[in-house]
Amino acid sequence: MEGAIATAFDGAYGKIGGRTFLEIANEVCKKALAVICIGTCSSYGGVQAAKPNPGGYKGVGEALGIKTVNIPGCPPNPVNFVGTVVNYLLLGKLPDLDEVGRPLFAYGKTIHDLCPRRSHFENDEFVKEFGSKEAEMGYCLYKMGCKGPDTYNNCPVVKFNEGTGWPIGAGHPCIGCSEPNFWDKMAPFFVASK
Amino acid sequence: MAERINIDPITRIEGHLRIEVEIENGKVKNAWSSGQMFRGLEIILRGRDPRDAPLITQRSCGVCTLVHYLASVRAVEDAVKVQIPPNARIIRNLLHGSQFQHDHIVHFYHLHALDWVDIVSALKADPQKTAALADNVSNAPWGGTVYYKQVQQRLKTFVESGQLGPFNNGYWGHPAYQLPPEANLMAAAHYIEALRLQAKAAKMHAIFGAKNPHLQSLVVGGVTCVQDLTPDRIAEFLYLWKETQDFIKNVYIPDVLVVAGFYKDWGKIGGTTNFLAWGDFPESEKEPDSLFMPRGVIMKRDLKAVKMAEQDKVVESVAHAWYKGSDALHPYKGVTEPEHGDYDPNKKYSWFKAPRYEGEPCEVGPLARVLVAYAYGKKEIKEVVDDVLKKLSLPVEALFSTLGRTAARAIETLVIGQAMERWIMELVENLKKGDKKTYQSWQMPDKAQGIGLNDVPRGSLGHWIEIEGGKIKNYQYVVPSTWNLGPRCGKGKPGPVEEALIGTPVADPKRPIEILRTVHSFDPCIACGVHVVDPDSNQVYEIKVI
Repeated sequence: MEGAIATAFDGAYGKIGGRTFLEIANEVCKKALAVICIGTCSSYGGVQAAKPNPGGYKGVGEALGIKTVNIPGCPPNPVNFVGTVVNYLLLGKLPDLDEVGRPLFAYGKTIHDLCPRRSHFENDEFVKEFGSKEAEMGYCLYKMGCKGPDTYNNCPVVKFNEGTGWPIGAGHPCIGCSEPNFWDKMAPFFVASK
Repeated sequence: MAERINIDPITRIEGHLRIEVEIENGKVKNAWSSGQMFRGLEIILRGRDPRDAPLITQRSCGVCTLVHYLASVRAVEDAVKVQIPPNARIIRNLLHGSQFQHDHIVHFYHLHALDWVDIVSALKADPQKTAALADNVSNAPWGGTVYYKQVQQRLKTFVESGQLGPFNNGYWGHPAYQLPPEANLMAAAHYIEALRLQAKAAKMHAIFGAKNPHLQSLVVGGVTCVQDLTPDRIAEFLYLWKETQDFIKNVYIPDVLVVAGFYKDWGKIGGTTNFLAWGDFPESEKEPDSLFMPRGVIMKRDLKAVKMAEQDKVVESVAHAWYKGSDALHPYKGVTEPEHGDYDPNKKYSWFKAPRYEGEPCEVGPLARVLVAYAYGKKEIKEVVDDVLKKLSLPVEALFSTLGRTAARAIETLVIGQAMERWIMELVENLKKGDKKTYQSWQMPDKAQGIGLNDVPRGSLGHWIEIEGGKIKNYQYVVPSTWNLGPRCGKGKPGPVEEALIGTPVADPKRPIEILRTVHSFDPCIACGVHVVDPDSNQVYEIKVI
């Protein structure tokens, strides 16, 4: 499943061919062996579910009241999706999940624990302004608002676009995009978490 | 004094579109375009930290994934009055140029080509003749009889399995398809090659932008990727850029010429009247003069009367959209209260508002940009446009059409791609001089207003922000799809797509491929439900199209 589901006004804010997303998802998901949500929108509601959530958007599991396998991330990493499907094809069962439906093989550790800049954190070496000498030396982005310590995902290891890049590698703080309700919980993004 | 309620009505992208047309004597007599989804991102933005707006608005769309990020960061920079360093400007141009390279290739091959190319007919092709045709028209790095035999076999297995996958729901065998089987097979092979190529083109984003989709290296004041300004990363970018450019020169442009040669009648169908481009790719701090793709507006197809476009002449009308009232207001004053009612073409029928420039609907996108640049006599564009028209033996007037729109997209892909090489070298020169500056610091004002104008693959994009108490007070954006796919305004003037469809011949109302050609030529980038009404039988055909 991809995308969040509008639930306000009986789902009137989102229609395909005259039928609401809610109605279509209900029909399709009931027939499925397992429902895999790819992306933060279908997993937890995503950006349109951020406060005050005018369309009453919800993730698929919450909107339909079913248990889903969630591959959150904005974007989700395709490696984690394929890994989940391959797990099923080879072992005949879904991978072990955490309490918010994420496969542990991919979401078992925090960005902070896997981060190549971790030693700078331990050594108290922080970036305090973008474009600075410290930024050029790849110091820790925690004080710029990095949400790596609160975010479970394998971005530092797998990276994106066949290993070409990832946010902290590009000098930008992690925004916590694979956590439920991160648009509200992690914002403001450029302020260090306590 | 209007009450300020700041609601963005539409998904703004990748939403769900409904097109309704009325057919009489085999031609479209009337058309209605309806946006079918509402998310309200502008409400969500209210009260938040302005620095977060680029990250939020970026999520309007995962396809044109850079563009709202860019327009939003520029709107905030305009409000806080910070001038970004040249290296940041160049990096942003390179990322945006990459967006054009990726988007337009994907659009032509994967979203639009099957309106012109009959996949099933390709099974009848002679692979040897196909190889000869391909050698004759393109410089593709792959080819030969064996190659085309293998592609044909793949297609055959696919078709015989009964599961057509991406080729499902096509109107195969429709009389409107004009290409011979060999040209269909060549195009089908290039469809598959383009899938591989686009994954490489997307990597250009990941080098200086962390990832694609949803790049993550722009911040208010510059870019964060200072660590990537190294010879190895720049060379990596250059290599991917070159491979993409080779594809555009040797495959994309020749394919467009071959296909267009068989569909010259579409040089008279699907045109609109007015064209607007905010322009993009600033080559110095002096905007808009320094924009590589220039800013301008053309009314009533009069290229000689091209003039500078001004953002304060824009209003959005809600007369036929699902919002309270019928006002037409500038984005800074936008009052928007959603009010979902029944779909009624005579009253309100869309979640899209209707943007107007000096009261007129305007087409935005590749054709508008190319026409504006052509009208200004921009050398890089004019040369390629004249060359393409000459090769097709078509007059300039043929640009005002579905064919012209699709050709303009290919033309600007090539021209912007060529300019990217100059930008890369400019960056290299700066680094040689020891200039690694990528960020300019700034202070958040208590109160400010800012505008970010861009011209992005699908057309003119504008973000308007109002800051108060260091927080977002009001945020509005007017996007390409609203310009092109919006409904009628208070004066009853149809939106560009609605206008373009009128007069389109439709051979078979049950299989309205002609309508798709024009709708897709605008690159709405969504699966659309096309509803066709036949007044004779009063039959309503509900057709789903991908």
